[in-house]
Amino acid sequence: MTAAALSALVSHWRRAPLQLAMLLAGLALATALWSGVQALNAEARAAYATAEGVVSDGGTARLEHASGQMDQAEFARLRRAGWLVSPVIEGRAALGTGRVTVLGIDPLSAPGGIGPALAASDLEGFFDGLGYAHPQTLEEIGPTDRPLRATSALPVGTVLVDISTAQTLLGAEGRITRLTLAPAQPQGLAPLDAVAPDLRLISPEDGAELAGLTDSFHLNLTAFGLLAFAVGLFIVHSAVGLAFEQRRAMFRTLRALGLPLHHLTACLAGEMILFALVAGAVGLGLGYLLAAALLPDVALTLRGLYGAPVPGTLRFDPLWALAGLGMTLAGTALAGAQALWRLWHMPVLAPAQPRAWAHASARTMRVQGGAAVALAGLAVVLALWGAGLVAGFTLLAATLLAAALAVPLVLAAVLAGAERMARTPVAQWFWADSRQNLPRLSLALMALMLALSANIGVGTMVASFRATFIDWLDLRLVAEVNVLPRSQTEAEALHAFLSPRADAILPMQRIDATLAGQPGQVYAMKDHATFRDNWPLIAPVADVWDRLAAGEGVLVNEQLYRRAGLRPGTSMLDLPGIGPLPVLGAYPDYGNPLAQAVLSVDRFEAAYPDTPIRQFAIRTEDAPRLIAALQDDFGLPSPQITDQAQAKALSLTIFERTFLITRALNVLTLSVAALALFAALVTLSGMRLAQLAPLWALGLTTRHLAALELARALALGLLTMIFALPVGLLLAQVLLSVINVQAFGWRLPMQVFPADWARLGLWAGVAVLLAALLPAVRLWRRGPAQLLRVFAQER
Amino acid sequence: MKALTLCDISKSFDTAEGRVEVLKHVSLGLEAGQSLALTGESGSGKSTLLHIAAGLEQPDAGQVLVAQDDLTAMGDAGRARLRRGQVGLIFQQFNLIPSLNVGANLAFQARLAGKADAAFVADLAQRLGLDGLLQRYPEQLSGGQQQRVAIGRCLAARPALVLADEPTGNLDEATGDQVLDLILHLTAQAGAALLLVTHSPRLAARCTARAHLRAGQLGDAP
Repeated sequence: MTAAALSALVSHWRRAPLQLAMLLAGLALATALWSGVQALNAEARAAYATAEGVVSDGGTARLEHASGQMDQAEFARLRRAGWLVSPVIEGRAALGTGRVTVLGIDPLSAPGGIGPALAASDLEGFFDGLGYAHPQTLEEIGPTDRPLRATSALPVGTVLVDISTAQTLLGAEGRITRLTLAPAQPQGLAPLDAVAPDLRLISPEDGAELAGLTDSFHLNLTAFGLLAFAVGLFIVHSAVGLAFEQRRAMFRTLRALGLPLHHLTACLAGEMILFALVAGAVGLGLGYLLAAALLPDVALTLRGLYGAPVPGTLRFDPLWALAGLGMTLAGTALAGAQALWRLWHMPVLAPAQPRAWAHASARTMRVQGGAAVALAGLAVVLALWGAGLVAGFTLLAATLLAAALAVPLVLAAVLAGAERMARTPVAQWFWADSRQNLPRLSLALMALMLALSANIGVGTMVASFRATFIDWLDLRLVAEVNVLPRSQTEAEALHAFLSPRADAILPMQRIDATLAGQPGQVYAMKDHATFRDNWPLIAPVADVWDRLAAGEGVLVNEQLYRRAGLRPGTSMLDLPGIGPLPVLGAYPDYGNPLAQAVLSVDRFEAAYPDTPIRQFAIRTEDAPRLIAALQDDFGLPSPQITDQAQAKALSLTIFERTFLITRALNVLTLSVAALALFAALVTLSGMRLAQLAPLWALGLTTRHLAALELARALALGLLTMIFALPVGLLLAQVLLSVINVQAFGWRLPMQVFPADWARLGLWAGVAVLLAALLPAVRLWRRGPAQLLRVFAQER
Repeated sequence: MKALTLCDISKSFDTAEGRVEVLKHVSLGLEAGQSLALTGESGSGKSTLLHIAAGLEQPDAGQVLVAQDDLTAMGDAGRARLRRGQVGLIFQQFNLIPSLNVGANLAFQARLAGKADAAFVADLAQRLGLDGLLQRYPEQLSGGQQQRVAIGRCLAARPALVLADEPTGNLDEATGDQVLDLILHLTAQAGAALLLVTHSPRLAARCTARAHLRAGQLGDAP
């Protein structure tokens, strides 16, 4: 019985191969986009776990000095007092043709030894200077004068060496960055406060958690993946629903012939599961390829934006595949639930005539309108009173869903208006017919609206960000040359060398610190026109620069200003070793996840003496000559020197990389929406013949009708685009003023780019025309015999 | 004056059983104001002949003249233009435009042919008993009402030739009789020629002339 029923059900797909292809393509694409994004996220998170575990002394407490470094004698003092501590030095240094994070440890005292993934037999070589690095790091820096061995246990961009080797590489002999504490300490030790009063104990949870910092980035990716998945499900829902309508007569016959209802429903559910498994497997393959193609860019983004180490190659994880298939099955169940529900409630003698599957009766429209209003209300409530990233994304989802549900209502109203204004009979029919067919196309148009508004929203956000970022770069990277000394001795020598040659030398010193409970850094800023004239400030107090120079307060970055709710002029910021200082203003600091505070040089040096100079920003009218002098006369290697143009280019590259994946997902989502429209139009074209044949009989040529079909698709696409525009701008506003503030801590002014809309409109038009082309051409090329069959089928 | 002339029309179709000759050298003439009932068994070629007369289908051989216009010499666009202006079609399944209301359906072909005459359409609607239904949509009408709209749509364009394919086939006998009365009365009043395809000898008897198709050849009605 089951075999007979299944063969009858499946026979429909043999006669409608294109419809089957659309169903499978929709499912496969939805799975591909979702699982691709999940693969990227999983890979990145696995990389963070490696980094946290091996490099960042993950899970162990540590001792630090306010200045960011300490004398190695502290280690000996604490060991003598019985404390099980281990010294660590960390810093950036030039190696080969690049710059890496050099991490120096003492394997004999380190709680984790040399590291679980590194061979113990290499310990002797490690003491003799052997280092370890990720294969990708080795590739990036090229040959070096140091022996380095490849290991994937380390994050990209880090070189692990013995502490003495690291001190040499960093030019910091006798200095260490921190001391890690073994989890189990002997009983009865003198308290740390007494043994090392200058050191701060930092528990593991106080540190900057990489996963936490990058969560917002992954949440963005997940949201996009989910949107693409939802758009793909529109295709599935549409195909399943239409197949249900087309098989109404078959269901009635099968039941009349004695097939029990539950059996029929189970067969239909089995059919859907089979489709989900086949399409899911294809989708996983496509998703893997997509993730593999995008991962190098995502890795660069994460490294550029957060310094998060992610390798550029993808591994296959069976759990990921299972989760992807599970998502496909769940999505198919969601998309097919309505059809199964209707089958379950269909009487044996239900009308066999296919009716408009999504025929929007007045009641359906009212329900849809009510849901749209309710969701819009929820969005308003969240916009006014919501807090946190989850509330931000819920606001985003509610806005998009409300707009999507409103699409058929808005289009129906516009088409009714156009019909009233039509003067010719063909135009009147055109608008009336478009309105009548709207319910059959509404799902595809909703998908198109979602894709277009996401494009406009994200595009506006990225373009606004880009414009602001470039302006900001121009202002912030105003020094012509930057120089990185490798040691304090070299810094002093450089200062002496540069003094007669440069217009101004602006040293950069910083310490790591916890600011308002957040991981951050305190910088020293020399009072100079470079900053006074160029740094854009948010809500500064009067005479801000004079007060800063006088050491009367601090500047904070926008992230700290917003997250800690600081108000210049009234708020105080507690600085380690100094105490509370008035906040004088805030400055934009795009791309930095850490909190920052800026002090005058005098105040900084008084509080944090002996802090090494990490960088000099140099003002000069002849940058090439100064660079040549630094290289030739001073002998500074070129990796230690960067000019403004290089720095700007690097920043812009990081920026472009950051949004490359967003753009790729934008294009893919629009493509899926175009496919949804194509699927709907192809399926509709078969049902349209009965509506169009009488018009042909009344004297319209098939060419004219085909042109009208194209025009209809274009008109609906254009109207959807017009509707998507304000929705997209609203989306951009939410992204810029809610999501960005919650996720990254900065707010950007929204700028509009009508040329981008025109370009998108053009692409949308092309996509719609391509989607409508095949059905139109098929209509145009239909011979009289096929059209006359409509009349012959009457009898 | 001849409203329709069919000369030596032949037509074949490819089917699963091979090539089937549906019409074999059929010739037929229809004067203005005349009504001709075309009867025949199922598959005898009645509808094919009507489709050829309307220019919906091209014959394999022979000539079709609507008034003085040679359909067989025209292209697709020319035949479409002729259908818009000179031919009125009435189908068994009504084939109204579901997205337009009754008023718009009635005026549709006349407007398409550039012969819109609101007063004439209003008069037709009244004579067809549709004046109270003008704002309704086809799906809200009974079968008889829908066929009356289809007749009105056809006659509103004042065609010289009306081609009706089983116009009462979907209606009960009483409604069918009423509909046929209307077709005969209104076409006669308009001076149009009527070619009526029907199975029913009873209905055929009400036309001024009759012809019978048997195995693709024309003969006298039984």
